[in-house]
Amino acid sequence: MSRTSLWVILLGMGVITFLLRASFIMLSNRIHLPEVLERALKFVPAAVLSAIVVPALLYWQGELDLSVSNERLLAGGLAMLVAWRTQSILLTITVGMLTLWGLQLLLP
Amino acid sequence: MSSQRAEFIKGVQKTAPVLLGVTPFGLIAGVSAVSVGLPKLEAILMSAIVFAGASQLAGLQLIATGAPIFVILITTFVINLRHLMYSASIAPYFRHMSLSWKGLLSYLMTDQAYAFGISRFVQEPNMTHKRWYYLGTALPIWLVWLSATAAGVLLGGQLPESWSLDFAIPLTFMALLFPAIKDRPSMLAAVVAGGTAALGAGLPFNLGLIIAALLGIVAGVVSEGRKRNPV
Repeated sequence: MSRTSLWVILLGMGVITFLLRASFIMLSNRIHLPEVLERALKFVPAAVLSAIVVPALLYWQGELDLSVSNERLLAGGLAMLVAWRTQSILLTITVGMLTLWGLQLLLP
Repeated sequence: MSSQRAEFIKGVQKTAPVLLGVTPFGLIAGVSAVSVGLPKLEAILMSAIVFAGASQLAGLQLIATGAPIFVILITTFVINLRHLMYSASIAPYFRHMSLSWKGLLSYLMTDQAYAFGISRFVQEPNMTHKRWYYLGTALPIWLVWLSATAAGVLLGGQLPESWSLDFAIPLTFMALLFPAIKDRPSMLAAVVAGGTAALGAGLPFNLGLIIAALLGIVAGVVSEGRKRNPV
């Protein structure tokens, strides 16, 4: 990626995020959000997070890999249990990374 | 002590415990940014320019997989759409402020600052110096987020690529995912989005993520609607 496209991404992300935050505060507080949008927004975290996590475990360098030699799937599966039981970011990362490194050492 | 300062300090005290959670998250943002190849300067500035952790990590993940710019921007929009809701809800309390105050407080908005602000303003709608209280909750988060990112960038630059630190991004999201699953509709949203993303990972332009997120959201809304009005 070129430095120019990186800057387009960074500034684009910044502008979009700022506009969302400033929208009602800076423009008007008389308009209300449609109710259906408010209901939909509740599901954004669960949907987006899951859509990022699942492919990151199943795919490696663009290829679907469901075999036991997929270190990220194994390490991620174990970390998933930790995440579910503890909901701790730190513990999940620790277990996931340590398992990944262990598997990378063991598996050729 | 002026009451402006007193309100600011009240805000800082309120936000202090949250900073413990912001620190590791910022470190990860910094380490991840260098691990996907961002130069150090851009990696640190990303936290100042965007200042929204989940969308930063998602953006980095997409940069790593070579997604086109428009997909990264749409993803940012979807993830940060919740700020539109916060903005609508807190706007009445910021109504009388100057444009530059409104701009500053908008820029500093986070899930936590919004939550602290709105819960106090709803209870005490006539309190004075709302801006100072809000600034007190928001500014420490900004400072810690930037410092932690910078520390992560410097640390990440020292670590070899073979450490696969980019894997910390999905691991972080995993830990955030389970608290977001509160009931059956949100569980369904996660399952539908995850399944669609797995099937759609081969789609051009990494569109799988956006389509999966939208389908997941629709599944959640439909399932909740059913629960409310059983047919």
